[in-house]
Amino acid sequence: MTPSPLVEISGLCKWYDDFSALYDISLTVAEGEKVVICGPSGSGKSTLIRCINQLEGHQQGSIRVAGQEVRPGMKGIEAIRREVGMVFQSFNLFPHMTILDNLTIGPIRNRGMGRAAARALAMEYLNKVRISEQADKYPPQLSGGQQQRVAIARALCMQPRVMLFDEPTSALDPEMIAGVLEVMETLARDGMTMIVVTHEMGFARRVADRVVFMDEGEIVETAPPEAFFSAPRTNRAKLFLGQLLAH
Amino acid sequence: MTKALAVHRDRPPVGFNAWRSAGVAWQITQALLVFAVLGWLVWRGIDAMEYRWQWYRVEPFFYREIDGEIIWGPLVRGLILTIQIAALAGALAIVIGFLTALARLSGSFAGRVLAKVYLEAIRNTPLLVQLFLVYFVLAPIIGIDRFWAGVLCLALYEGSFAAEIIRGGLRGIDRGQYEAADAVGLSTWDKYRYIIVPQSMPLVLPPLTGLLISTIKHSAIVSVIALAELTTQGLNLVSNTFMAFEVWFIVAGIYLVLTVSLSFAVTLFEHYLNKPKR
Repeated sequence: MTPSPLVEISGLCKWYDDFSALYDISLTVAEGEKVVICGPSGSGKSTLIRCINQLEGHQQGSIRVAGQEVRPGMKGIEAIRREVGMVFQSFNLFPHMTILDNLTIGPIRNRGMGRAAARALAMEYLNKVRISEQADKYPPQLSGGQQQRVAIARALCMQPRVMLFDEPTSALDPEMIAGVLEVMETLARDGMTMIVVTHEMGFARRVADRVVFMDEGEIVETAPPEAFFSAPRTNRAKLFLGQLLAH
Repeated sequence: MTKALAVHRDRPPVGFNAWRSAGVAWQITQALLVFAVLGWLVWRGIDAMEYRWQWYRVEPFFYREIDGEIIWGPLVRGLILTIQIAALAGALAIVIGFLTALARLSGSFAGRVLAKVYLEAIRNTPLLVQLFLVYFVLAPIIGIDRFWAGVLCLALYEGSFAAEIIRGGLRGIDRGQYEAADAVGLSTWDKYRYIIVPQSMPLVLPPLTGLLISTIKHSAIVSVIALAELTTQGLNLVSNTFMAFEVWFIVAGIYLVLTVSLSFAVTLFEHYLNKPKR
């Protein structure tokens, strides 16, 4: 049996007023696959993954998650969002709740899980991101790296089938980045399906099955990481990689 | 000349500072002087009118003791009614304000228009006229008595201000919080109930306290539909006893005590809310 595609995007278009943010995007991600999306800022990478769980609505094309069509303003979007975990650039933890409550609110409110079961699940994931001793603290008491690891655990607590990462290390101090990437790599080894928007090219080389290069709202090039980094086919990708290495 | 550096970096200079203390003392003296002059002017004015103070007669305004039983006087009964009206109207105003704020922020065109019409209608007509409309037109139609007519009118009026306060509070929450709540699959109700509203409380509470205080003050207007609240009782007492100075000083004092203690209580509550944050 061939693995069924978990996320299927075809002919996706999105406009902000008359600015075309995404144009004719088609992308299929299979179960267990790790896809890294890169490209210059403003190229639509974040917009693309935010369309998958409908934080942004699209105007044309179709998105299917686990076989279900995702439409803007649809009823029952919560059912799809529980299959899609998301990690944000700025963590977006709930600052008025303890770490533990941050993790349990999704399972309790969305999945109808009991409090005790949710706590056990949360502690398991906090252990996984090596933060369990902070469970009763509040997010502002944690460092940026710790907060981002908590955010990853919060998304995992929904036991999603695919994880979206929206520049998870861009807001972190350099010494915090390694810890977060390590957690993500462990997650990848455990077989999680991942779509990652990032500028961490080392991470992309080590983890990605495919690198998707975007520019001006279009997918310009898709290739395995080795091929992409050593021999990009398009000029735009060459230019982008050149700039990335130059700094 | 360079300033001498503090000797211990880990110990900020504290203790008595003659110049600063002198400054504070002078400011207090100034304030006392202003109050003294104002007080003297009032006292002279009243004295010149040859007003006969009759403070000894005010006790029965509050209570009377007959056969060892305490009978509450008109001012206490009026105060209780004022508190009832203001509490009900305030609570209702917050509910109305919340619904209106959500309607204004919602994607529904009808909701936005309805909220906007309500806000403009309430804000751009006099409260007194609204009261007459509610009491003479709306109340007979929906069959409510003058008490509920008064409460409803105040609630509608204050609700329009609550709506803007609450809308500001909800918009003051970072977009990322809404998105994170969506991303963990919370329903719209859960998102507001657990994530957005608790966080907007510290933003909304101070202006909402101001709103409750003005509800108490504006409740005086229902005296025109003969609801026997504090101001109505004051009017009656004045017409019965002609003790206008005493009665209105007392009535104003009662309102003052009520509003100041309310804002004090809310300050304590805010303290409690902010505690576990950090």
